[in-house]
Amino acid sequence: MLSFIWIVPALPLFGFVVLLLLGKRIGEPLSGWLATAMVGGSFLTAVAVFTDLASKSAEERAYTKVLWSWLPSLGVDVALLVNPLSMTMVMFVTGIATLIHVFAIGYMHGDLRFPRFFTYLNLFVFSMLMLVLADNFVLMFLGWEGVGACSYLLISFWFERPSAASAGKKAFVVNRIGDFGLMGAMFLIFNQTGSLQYHAVFRSIETNGIAKSTATAICLLLFVGACGKSAQLPLYVWLPDAMEGPTPVSALIHAATMVTAGVYLMVRVHPLLELAPGVLTIIAWVGALTALFAATIATAQDDIKRVLAYSTISQLGYMFLAVGVGGNVAAIFHMVTHAFFKALMFLAAGSVIHGMHGVVADEQNMKWMGNLKKWMPFTTGTFLMGWVAIAGVPPFAGFWSKDEILLDAYQHNKALWVVGLVTALLTAYYMTRQIVLVFFGKERFGGAAHGHGDENHGHDAGGHSPHESPVLMLLPLAVLAGLSIVGGLINQPFGGKGLASKLERWLDESFIPGTKMHAFVGEHASVASGTKLTLAIIATLCGLAGIALGASQWLRRTTPAAQAQLEIPLLKRAYGVDALYSTIIEKPGRKLSEFLAFVVDRRVIDGAVNGMATLVRGGGTQLRRLQNGYVRSSALGIAGGLVALLVWALVRTAL
Amino acid sequence: MRGILAQGAVLVGKGPKGPTSVGGGWFLAVAAVLFTIGIVGLLLRRNVLVMFMCIELMLNAVNLTFVTFARMLNDIGGQVVVFFIMVVAAAEVVVGLGIVVSIFRRRKIGATADSAVLLKG
Amino acid sequence: MVDWIVFLAGTLIALSGAIGVVTLPNPVHAALSLVLTLFGVAVLFVAQAAHFLAIVQIIVYAGAVVVLFLFVIMLLGVDRTESDLATEPLRGQRPAAAVIGVAALGLLLALSQVHLTIGATSTAGAADGPGTNVEKIADSVFTRYVFAFEITSVLLVIAVVGAVLLARKPRLQSAELTG
Repeated sequence: MLSFIWIVPALPLFGFVVLLLLGKRIGEPLSGWLATAMVGGSFLTAVAVFTDLASKSAEERAYTKVLWSWLPSLGVDVALLVNPLSMTMVMFVTGIATLIHVFAIGYMHGDLRFPRFFTYLNLFVFSMLMLVLADNFVLMFLGWEGVGACSYLLISFWFERPSAASAGKKAFVVNRIGDFGLMGAMFLIFNQTGSLQYHAVFRSIETNGIAKSTATAICLLLFVGACGKSAQLPLYVWLPDAMEGPTPVSALIHAATMVTAGVYLMVRVHPLLELAPGVLTIIAWVGALTALFAATIATAQDDIKRVLAYSTISQLGYMFLAVGVGGNVAAIFHMVTHAFFKALMFLAAGSVIHGMHGVVADEQNMKWMGNLKKWMPFTTGTFLMGWVAIAGVPPFAGFWSKDEILLDAYQHNKALWVVGLVTALLTAYYMTRQIVLVFFGKERFGGAAHGHGDENHGHDAGGHSPHESPVLMLLPLAVLAGLSIVGGLINQPFGGKGLASKLERWLDESFIPGTKMHAFVGEHASVASGTKLTLAIIATLCGLAGIALGASQWLRRTTPAAQAQLEIPLLKRAYGVDALYSTIIEKPGRKLSEFLAFVVDRRVIDGAVNGMATLVRGGGTQLRRLQNGYVRSSALGIAGGLVALLVWALVRTAL
Repeated sequence: MRGILAQGAVLVGKGPKGPTSVGGGWFLAVAAVLFTIGIVGLLLRRNVLVMFMCIELMLNAVNLTFVTFARMLNDIGGQVVVFFIMVVAAAEVVVGLGIVVSIFRRRKIGATADSAVLLKG
Repeated sequence: MVDWIVFLAGTLIALSGAIGVVTLPNPVHAALSLVLTLFGVAVLFVAQAAHFLAIVQIIVYAGAVVVLFLFVIMLLGVDRTESDLATEPLRGQRPAAAVIGVAALGLLLALSQVHLTIGATSTAGAADGPGTNVEKIADSVFTRYVFAFEITSVLLVIAVVGAVLLARKPRLQSAELTG
C-alpha cells in the first residue's frame, strides 16, 4: 500500500489539469464535484497508506517512494517521503480539503468563474501535498512556492475588487520575503552537507557535525521563511488582508493548511534546530509575542473574518511557541485541532455571510448582526462548537492541545507560560465577544443597515431576513463540529499505550533512517501528573474567565453607541503596523521606483538611445550635403583625394 | 633672316640631335604648373566644354612629365606611354563630347555642368 | 644658352595658353588658347628629343581634338556665354579650389625633387643613341607593346561607334521608345 502514495498528489494534479483545459465546458456544478472527488480520492488513499504505515514497527516507519531522478548534482529526486509526520499532515490536509470543497460547491454557487475556483483549489491541494510529502528541500520548496502562488490566485479571485487584487499582491510579496530566507537556508545547507535531501542532510550532520554558527544561521533563515508563510511577527500583515478572498479559501488556506506549512517545516528540521538552541528561544518568543499581539488586535475588530484571521495568527503563534520549547508533539497536535475548529469557524462564518447576503450592505460587519441564532440555528450550533474548542474548555479538542503547549512552556520558561496564559484569556474573551455580537443579543440589521442600490444586491432594499444555508454547506460544518468535539482524543496526556496519547507515540517513535536521531521529538523530561493537573486547571480557569468577561461585557451592549464605549482605536487599527510599513518601506520604495522610472529610464537610458538616433540623423543630414548632385563637388572631392595621395607619396619617400 | 632660319634649322634638325641641356627638374616644374592650372580650371569653370579642355591640359602635363622622365632615365618606354596616352585621350574626347552633345543638345542657354543635378541626395 | 631660350619660350607659350583656357569666358577663345598650349608643349617635346611625339601632338591634339571641340561648341551654341567666372553658386568651391591648387603645386614640386628610384634599368630600349626617334618608338611599339597597340586600335573603333550612337538625333530614339 505504501507504494501507492504517489496517487495522493497525483489525483489533485489530474483534477487541476482536467479543469484547466475543460473547466468551462464542464461548468457548474460538475467541476466542483470533480474537484471534490479528486481530493476525496486522495484522502481515501491517504487513509490506506496511513493504516499500512501504522502497522509497521517504529524502525520501519520511513518509506521513500522515488518517482524519478531529478537533479543528481543536488542529490535530489522527485521522491515522496512517507513517515509519521508527513502522513499526519496529509490526512488532515486532504480530509479538511474535501470538506471545504463540498462547502464551496454551495458557497460559490452562481459565481461566473465557478470552474476556475476549483481549478485553483485543486492546484493548491496538489502543491500542499507536494510540500508535505517531499523528501527533499527542493521539492518541498516547489510545493512551498506553489501554495504561495495559489494563495495569490485565490485571494484575488474576485479581482474586480481593487482591495482584493492588492491583498493578493501583498500576500505574495510578504511571502516572498520569507521565501528569500528559506532559499538562503537551502544554500547554506547544501554548502554544508552537499545534499538537499532530508535524510542525507541529517546523516551528514550526525557524522560530520556542524558548526554552531552555521546551524544558527541555517535555522534562523528557515525560521524567516516560516514566519513569512505562517504569518508571524513581523511578516503577518498579509493574513488579515487575505480575508478578501472567498471564505472557503480563508478556511482552507489561511486556517488549516498553508499557514501551517511554516510549523511543519520547523518540525521537519527538528534535528537541526536542536543544534541551535539560541534560535529555539527566538522562535518561542516570537511565537509567544505574536500570539499575544494578535489576540489583542482581535478584540477590537468588527469584520467577522478579520477576528478569525487574527485569531489564526495568534494560534499559529502558539504552535511556534511549542516548537521553540521543544514540544513538537504539542505543536502538531495543536495544528490538527486548530485546523478542525478554525476551518469550522471560517466555514460557519461563510455560512453567516451567505445568510446575511441581501440583508445588509456589509454582510461581514458584526455590528449589523445579532441574534442570528433565531434565523440560522444550525450554523449557530456548529460555530459554538468551534468556540468552546478554541476557548480551551475541556473536554473539547482545543483544550487538550493548548494545555499540552502550556505544559511544555511551563517546563521551559515560566515567563513564556504566563504569556501563553494571558493569550488564552484574551482568546476566550474575543471569541466570546464575537459569538455574542453575531448570534446573541438584539437584532441590529433592521433599519439603517440596509443597502440601497448596492451593486452587490440585485434586489430592492427591504425586509429581507437572514436565512440558513443549504445542506451542501451545512454538512461539512457538522463533520468539523464533530471533529472539534472529539479531536482531542488523539493525544490524551494520561500516558499509557492505549488509543489515547497516540500522536505522541506516533511521532516520538520515528527515526531518521541511518541515524540514531529521533525524527521529531527531542528529549523532554516527564512531569509529575499532579503538576499537570494543576496547570490544566489554571488554564481552564483562564479560559472560563475570558468567557465570563466577554459575555458580561458584550451581552448588555446592544446599541452601537454602547459598543463604541469599549473601542480602543489603537487596537482597531492593528497598532498601525500597516501604516508603519507603508511609511518606512513603501514610500521610499516608491520614491526609488519613480526615480528609476522617470529619471534613469526616461532621461538617461531613453535619452541615450534617442540621443544616438538624433546623432545618427544629424550626422546623416550633414553627410547628405556632400551629395548635392553637382558634378563639380565630386570633382572637388576627387581633387582632394589627389592631394591626399600626393601627401602620402611624399611622406613615403621622404621618410 | 637667314641667320634666324639657320638658327631654326639648328634647332629643328641640323643642330646637335639629342636633348637639351636644361635639367629635367625644370621641365617637371613646368608640367606641375600646367597640371595645377588644369585642376583649378576644372574646379572653377562651369562650361562643360571648357572643363573638358582643362582635362586636356592635365593630360598634356602628364605627357610632358613622361617625356621628361624618358629623357632623364634614358628609357624610350616613357615616350611609348605618351603615344598611348594620346590615343586614349583622343578616344576619350570623342566619347565624352558625344555624351555632352546628347545631354545638352536641348538646352540652349545656360547649359552648364551645374544643370545635371538629378543625383541630388 | 639656346636651350634655355627654347625652354623659356616653350614654357611661356604653354603657360599663357593654359591660363587663357582657364580664364577666358568665351569657350571659343578658350579652345584657341588650348591650341597655344599644345603648341608650347610640342616645343618642349622637341627640346627633349621626342620629335615624333611633338608632331603627333600637333597633328592629333591641336589638329583633331581641338577642332572637334570647336565643332561641338558651335553645335551646342554654348559660345553665347554667360560669364561663369563672375559668380560661384557652390559655396566653398573657390576657396577649396585655391587651397587644392596651392597644395597640389607645392606637393608636385616637392615630389619632383625627390628621387624616386627603384634601381631598375632601361627596359624598353635607350632613348638616346643611334637611330632616329621614330625608329626607336616604332621598335618598341611594334615588338614589345604590340598587343597594347592593337587594343588601342580596337578602342578607337569602339569610340567611333559610341560617338555615332550618342550623337544621334533624339527623334529617332523617342520614336523607338513609343513605337
